Amino acid sequence: MTDRSQPVTANEPDVLRVEGVTVALGGRTILEDVAFAIAPGSFTGLIGSNGAGKTTLLRVILGLQRPGRGRVVVAGDAGNRRNRSIGYVPQKVLLDPDMPMRARDLIGLGLDGHRFGIPMPSKTRTSLVDEMLAAVDAERFANARVGILSGGEQQRVLIAHALISRPRLLLLDEPLANLDLRSGQEIIGLLHRIATEHHIAVLLSAHEMNPLLPVMDRVVYLAGGRAAAGTTDEVIRTEVLSGLYGHPVEVLHIHDRVLVIAGPGYPDAARLAAEGAGIELG
Amino acid sequence: MHFIVEPGFFSSQPVHVALTIGGVVAVVSAAVGIFTVIRGQSFAGHTLTDVSTAGGSAAFLLGMNPLLGFIGLSLVGSGTMDLIGVQRVRGRDLATGIVLGASIGLAALFLYLDTTTRATTGATQQILFGSIFTLDPGEVPIVVAFSVISLVALAVIYRPLLLATMSPDIAAARGVRLRPVGLAFMLALAVSVGLSSLAIGSILSTALLIGPAAAALRLTKRIGAALITAVAIGVAATWVGVLLAYDSYYWGSSHNGYPVSFFIVALTFLIYLASGLPARRAATSAPAKRH
Ligand SMILES: Nc1ncnc2c1ncn2[C@@H]1O[C@H](COP(=O)(O)OP(=O)(O)O)[C@@H](O)[C@H]1O
Ligand SMILES: [Mg+2]
Repeated sequence: MTDRSQPVTANEPDVLRVEGVTVALGGRTILEDVAFAIAPGSFTGLIGSNGAGKTTLLRVILGLQRPGRGRVVVAGDAGNRRNRSIGYVPQKVLLDPDMPMRARDLIGLGLDGHRFGIPMPSKTRTSLVDEMLAAVDAERFANARVGILSGGEQQRVLIAHALISRPRLLLLDEPLANLDLRSGQEIIGLLHRIATEHHIAVLLSAHEMNPLLPVMDRVVYLAGGRAAAGTTDEVIRTEVLSGLYGHPVEVLHIHDRVLVIAGPGYPDAARLAAEGAGIELG
Repeated sequence: MHFIVEPGFFSSQPVHVALTIGGVVAVVSAAVGIFTVIRGQSFAGHTLTDVSTAGGSAAFLLGMNPLLGFIGLSLVGSGTMDLIGVQRVRGRDLATGIVLGASIGLAALFLYLDTTTRATTGATQQILFGSIFTLDPGEVPIVVAFSVISLVALAVIYRPLLLATMSPDIAAARGVRLRPVGLAFMLALAVSVGLSSLAIGSILSTALLIGPAAAALRLTKRIGAALITAVAIGVAATWVGVLLAYDSYYWGSSHNGYPVSFFIVALTFLIYLASGLPARRAATSAPAKRH
C-alpha cells in the first residue's frame, strides 16, 4: 500500500515516514509492507480491530521493535536517538495508588526522566510544568497522587508528560479505550487543540473511528496485516477496505457515523463486530 | 537524664561504633527500601537477606570478614535473580523462589559446619542477630565505603529507575535501558542488605529495609519527602534501639541486656503502625460528622 495523501503543510518535510514496514512475530506476519507519512501538526487516526497490529506498529516507530523489512524515518533524527523527539502514551499504564508521585512530578519526569542523576528543582522547570498543567487542564489535581486520579485525569497527566519535552510527534496507543464517552470527547478535543496550537503531529490508535471523524486529517487503516492510508474520504471506501480485508465489505454513512459492514461469509465478522472494529454483520 | 541514658553511654567506644555503623546502615536501608517497596520487590529484598545469611556463615567458615561474605553472596544472589528474570513480573516469583530455596539450604549447611567444625559458638548468633556492639572500629571505613557505593549507585539511576518503575513502556521509549538500570538497583539492594545483616543480623535486616520505607510512604506523597522521612525514621529507630539495648544491661538484676536488633525492629514496627493512624483517623472521622 502506498500513501496517496498530500501533506497538510505543503512545504514542510514529513515528521514521520513509514516505508514498507514488515514485521513477523512468533513466526506470524503481523504487518506487511505498511507505508504512510505524517505531516507536521496533522492529526492521524490509526484504526484497526484488536490484534490488527496497532501497538506493534507504534513500537516500530519508537524503535522498540525492529522491522523485518522496511524502515522508519523520523524528521531531524537519524538512527537510534529518534525516540527523543517522539512523545508516547502507551496503551496500559498502571499507576500504583501508593506511588509517591504527584501529577506535577510525573509531568516533570517527562523533561529529564531518562537522564542519570537526581533532578534539580529550578524556576524554569516549575514554570514549564505549570504551563503543561494548564495546557491539559490539569491544574485542579496538580498536587494529587497520580495513582488516585480517574482514567481521564491520568490520560491528561500522561499527555502532558509526553509533551513537556516538546516533541514534534505524539503517539497515543488507544487512549480512549477505558474512558467513558464524555471523557473521551474531552481528550480528543484537547489533543486536537494541542496539535493545532503547538504544531505537534498526533498519531492516535483506536479500534473505533467514529469519535475521531471530526478531528482526523488522515487515517491509517490496519486490517489483515496491511494498511491503507489517506484522508477518510480516500480510505473509508468500499473498494479500499474490501481490498484490505480481502473480502467484500460495505461502507455505510448513517448521519455522522460510518459503519463498515462485512459481506456475507466473512469468517471473522462476528469477532470483529464484538470487538468494536466497526465491522458489523451484513 | 539518668533514667534515660545510663552512665557511660556517650563515652563508650562500642556505643560510638554502634551509633556510627547503625546510623550509616539505616540511611542506606531506608533509601534503598523506598525503591524496593514502590517497585514491589520486597520479597526479592527479603530473599537477599537469606542469601546474605549463607554468605556470612560461609565467611565465618573460611575465617574471612563476615561483611564481605554478607555482601559478596548477596551480589551473586541478586545477579542470579536478574538472570532468571526478576525484572519481569512473571519471572519474579520464580527467580525469587529458586534463589530463596537454594540460599536457605546453603545457610543451614554453613551454620551447621560453623558450629560443629570450628567451635565458633558465637557465629550463628552474630550472623542471625548482628554484631553492632562487638564490631571492630576498623570496620567503620569499610561500612562507610560500601554505603557510599550503594547510595551513589542509587543517585545515578534515580530518574530512569523512577521512570521505569512508573511505566517500563514509557521508559523504554525514552531510551532508558531497563535491564542495566534494574540490575544496578538489584546490586545496590544487595549491598544494602549485606550491610544491615552485619549491623542487625540477617534475619532482621528485612525490617530495616522495608519498615521505615513503608511508614514513610504512608505519610508522604512525594518521592523526595518519602526518602527523607524514611531515612529519619530508620536512623531514629536505630539510635534509640542502640540506646535502649545499652540501658537494658542495667534493667533488673541479671545484667544480661536485650539484643539491639530486637529494639530496632520493634521500634520500626511501632512507627509503621503509628503511621497508619492519620489515615485511619480520616477514615473513621468522616461518618462521625453525621451525629
Ligand atoms: N511478542 C509477540 N510474539 C508473538 N506475537 C505477538 C507478540 N506481540 C504481539 N503479537 C501478536 O501480534 C498481533 C498484533 O498485536 P498488537 O500490535 O498488540 O495489536 P493491537 O495493538 O492492534 O491490538 C496480535 O495477534 C498479537 O497476538
Ligand atoms: Mg494494542
